[in-house]
Amino acid sequence: MNNLELQKTANEVRKGIIIGTHAAGAGHPGGSLSAADIFTYLYFEEMNIDPQNPKDPDRDRFVLSKGHTAPGLYSAMANRGYFPVEELETLRKVGSRLQGHPSMQYLPGLDMSSGSLGQGISAACGMALGGKLDNKDFRVYTLLGDGEIEEGQVWEAAMFAAAKKLDNLVVIVDNNNLQIDGTIEEVNSPYPIDKKFEAFNFHVININGNDFDDLRKAFAEAKATKGVPTAIIAKTVKGKGVSFMENQVGWHGKAPNDEQFAIAMEDLAKIDKALEAQA
Amino acid sequence: MADKIATRVSYGNALKDLAEQYPDLVVLDADLAGATQTGIFKKAYPDRFFDCGIAECNLMGVSAGLAAVGKIPFASTFAMFAAGRAFEQVRNSIAYPHLNVKIGATHAGISVGEDGASHQCLEDLALMRELPGMVVMNPADDTEARWAVKAALDHEGPVYIRFGRAAVPVVYSPDTKFEIGKGSILREGKDVTIVATGILVAAALEAAEKLAADGIDAEVINICTIKPLDEDIILKSAAKTGKVVTAEEHFITGGLGSAVAEVLSEKLPTKMARIGVRDRFGESGSAAALIKKYGLDGDGVYASVKEFLA
Repeated sequence: MNNLELQKTANEVRKGIIIGTHAAGAGHPGGSLSAADIFTYLYFEEMNIDPQNPKDPDRDRFVLSKGHTAPGLYSAMANRGYFPVEELETLRKVGSRLQGHPSMQYLPGLDMSSGSLGQGISAACGMALGGKLDNKDFRVYTLLGDGEIEEGQVWEAAMFAAAKKLDNLVVIVDNNNLQIDGTIEEVNSPYPIDKKFEAFNFHVININGNDFDDLRKAFAEAKATKGVPTAIIAKTVKGKGVSFMENQVGWHGKAPNDEQFAIAMEDLAKIDKALEAQA
Repeated sequence: MADKIATRVSYGNALKDLAEQYPDLVVLDADLAGATQTGIFKKAYPDRFFDCGIAECNLMGVSAGLAAVGKIPFASTFAMFAAGRAFEQVRNSIAYPHLNVKIGATHAGISVGEDGASHQCLEDLALMRELPGMVVMNPADDTEARWAVKAALDHEGPVYIRFGRAAVPVVYSPDTKFEIGKGSILREGKDVTIVATGILVAAALEAAEKLAADGIDAEVINICTIKPLDEDIILKSAAKTGKVVTAEEHFITGGLGSAVAEVLSEKLPTKMARIGVRDRFGESGSAAALIKKYGLDGDGVYASVKEFLA
């Protein structure tokens, strides 16, 4: 996909986030929207996957370590063809495959259950190690929140990944700078994030996580990196694409009401129009 | 009874012996390979052994990831850190996605000895029993411990196996047949049932001999699989004897005693007593001295049963 196609797709992913959280009356739109371009790049460009064959042992793996942004992952998966986009409206409802946090027992195509912060990166390390053991070429991607890296287990896993030379592992940190109680500096600053991963012997790439040129370059660089794991520190805007949610901490874990839903969908329709004008 | 061997040694030997037959078997430890005895496997299969260092939460998560790509990982550390420190990782990264991870937890219970209470896990069976889909096993001797490792490999889904530090008598002959979820009657009797697990099995058999000298005919049941529990064997014996005593190297709350009490209170209310550690932490001392002090040896079980029957 070229950048314009990716941008259009990411906008569809964002609509799915708004539709899902609005229908659920709950969920985490802010961090789903900040990572929408990352989800889109991974599922539409980067990863070797086939929605028709979600259990292919040679497929690339994705672990959403910041599991609360499941609405973003679900929307990317639906748009990619894992399940009907209409199903996004069942998010968080009784009987839905779209649990509040990802559960691989419910939804085919999920490579790991997650949601308790700090745990997904360890599972991703295990997958990458397993791939190495079997001389398989698949790669493992895991997305963490910037608040999430306050969890000690993240650094246990980081130490392990470098010590075991897991160069088939890419850790992406969605650095939208906001967590529930405020900015990440106010709460318990994990900065400098890049220096920390460097100290843990990662190859570190700083990018704008809402820019497809940056994403394309970073993932190519990760693939070319041998002997050490890669960390992509992706600076993003929380709530990206929805005017009243952008950089607002209050939109971490709150669903839009009917009125807000209408405004959000209008915002995203405007983006569609702007992208059409570029075509 | 024949030689004594610690079940942790049985564990290390079984891992090594089964490695050829199970090519997906891999072993992980957290800087305790010498103590947990996974070092036996490491020496024979260094490419299939991974030391996670002193990071038990990551140990469980890495094991989950390995299972998700088709490996059968045995995650090893002391019971205190496997069931205690990494409880939530076991719950959310292993049990909830029902991944095929086997947890080999050694140095369980008070028989850890000199290290003292910080390392004497007396609540692991309770913690692991709470997790949906988790099989919980507590082998009694070398024979049962080796079988438990193989049974775990053949079972699809998470399994917790508890092994001990101290050498214990071999109760079973090498050709004994076991089954996950099935207890076994080691001694038939009609006056009282002693339901034991782990190192208390040998103690219960010893106590039964002493009771026999007093004219008390005790039935001794070994429950290796704490979950799923063999309800039938317990109900049948309780119906016969009308009196049940449980015996375990664990707090009397949450483990075997609680599991048996749950079954009996719902299906066949029976007078019962629980032998175990009572609402206090352990302490330093030799394994033998502690087992004696806490009434978990043959004499202790004998005295408790006599008191219960008085």
